Amino acid sequence: MSDNLQPRGSDDATFAQPLYTPIKRRSFFMYAGATAGATALVLAGCSKDSDNTPSGGISLGSGDVGVLNYAYALEQLEAAFYAQVVKTPAADFKAGELAYFTQVAAHEAIHRDFFKAALTNVAKVTPLQDLTPNFSSIDFTKRDSVLGTGKAFEDLGVAAYNGAGKLLKTPDFLVLAGKIVSVEARHAAFLRDLITPGSFAADDQVDANGLDKAMTPAEVLAIAGKYITQTLNADNVGK
Amino acid sequence: MNFFKIIEQLAEVDSDALGRFDSRRAVFQSLGTFAKRSALATTPVLLGSMFQKAYAGTSVDTPIDILNYALTLELLEADFYRQFVAAGTATGAGVAAIAQIKKHEDAHVALLTNVIKALGGTPKTGVKFKTSAFPAAYADQLVVAQVLEDTGVRAYKGRAAELTATADQNITGIGNVNLLTVALQIHSVEARHASHIRYMRGKNPWVTTGEDVSSNAAYTGAIPESNVTQAGFNLTTQLGTPYSAADVAASFDEPLTPAEVLDMSRAGGLVG
Repeated sequence: MSDNLQPRGSDDATFAQPLYTPIKRRSFFMYAGATAGATALVLAGCSKDSDNTPSGGISLGSGDVGVLNYAYALEQLEAAFYAQVVKTPAADFKAGELAYFTQVAAHEAIHRDFFKAALTNVAKVTPLQDLTPNFSSIDFTKRDSVLGTGKAFEDLGVAAYNGAGKLLKTPDFLVLAGKIVSVEARHAAFLRDLITPGSFAADDQVDANGLDKAMTPAEVLAIAGKYITQTLNADNVGK
Repeated sequence: MNFFKIIEQLAEVDSDALGRFDSRRAVFQSLGTFAKRSALATTPVLLGSMFQKAYAGTSVDTPIDILNYALTLELLEADFYRQFVAAGTATGAGVAAIAQIKKHEDAHVALLTNVIKALGGTPKTGVKFKTSAFPAAYADQLVVAQVLEDTGVRAYKGRAAELTATADQNITGIGNVNLLTVALQIHSVEARHASHIRYMRGKNPWVTTGEDVSSNAAYTGAIPESNVTQAGFNLTTQLGTPYSAADVAASFDEPLTPAEVLDMSRAGGLVG
């Protein structure tokens, strides 16, 4: 990873030029390298592929990349769900509901595509493969089934992001996750309100300290896995 | 890891360091092509936020400072809902909804107060919602509630990065706590509140461009809620599939810095 700290490749000459005082920058890293904290800093963006020996299933990878792949997996699932909702809307949707779901479907598709782009172009890794959803347990023709599943996905998504935040070592990734999780929470509250008005942050979801749920990747995948044909392995996520 | 310490120490060694970061950041931003930005991104994703902090010249805040900042906003919200309930204007399902939200804000105040005390800090007290800013009509009270909740969501986001990779700690009387996780767990509850207040007002549950409150300062800022660029990508055009600016903006909530939140045009102007 340390080689990534120096710009390289064919673009080198083009952008190294304006980034003046490369020696100063290097001395910064030498200086920073003396502190324990900076070691973690330098390692933060690394994905330790070689350490990655999954016990089974498709590995989401390790470190921050693992967290991003984990989020990408969940966004793939949500995006696929809402795409199907919009494609085959429930016959008993109330007025205006399809229009809302069309917006939510766009949000989730954007999240999905964004993670793919970020993994490819920012983290510089091959993203997790396209997943195949298994929605056989969902009756897309029934409003109740769609709302119930949507609520479950959104509440799970919120708990997943809340639990994964501390696994991220790169502040910018944490901020990006934070930008997304609050939108998921808005979706979750909205779906809850559609099912039972006023249940946006009911006591089954928000505890006596006023805290939303937070779950580990393993806990989340134990639930989400039912809707994904492939088996995902989160053993090294954040490690 | 302690970014602030590194930057602080760096500045001691090299007084021009911050200026250099400034230039580098400007170069980074001005790079026109996607390829160059992406290539650079390998390193600066991590370092970028250090540069931004150096650039912003923020002082070094401890976790207690950050928790007290959150507590200030929670006290403001709690007092707003106290006045809301006392006003007795809510009707129908609104009564229970406002009570539920008040319950959460009161719980956030209590929790943050206890954590700050347990960490040896002095919790903020006495923050009140300015009575002259409290509207008489129910519909207007809901507008203020929405603005407060949406601001809260942005405010937590604006400081989460400072709690990056915070280790769990055992706090006497509270148990094992991760401060970042707690902040995130409050943050998403604020987003649920915002969603519901918007729902009560017949608005989109998510921040939407061109809505009735869009011109309120709560939705503007260095990174406005209308932002469509994330991690250097314009998400309307650079994701393979084109997406509308409205959908892209709604898909991401944006942070506000403490200075922005506490500005008189935003929450700062509601303290009284």
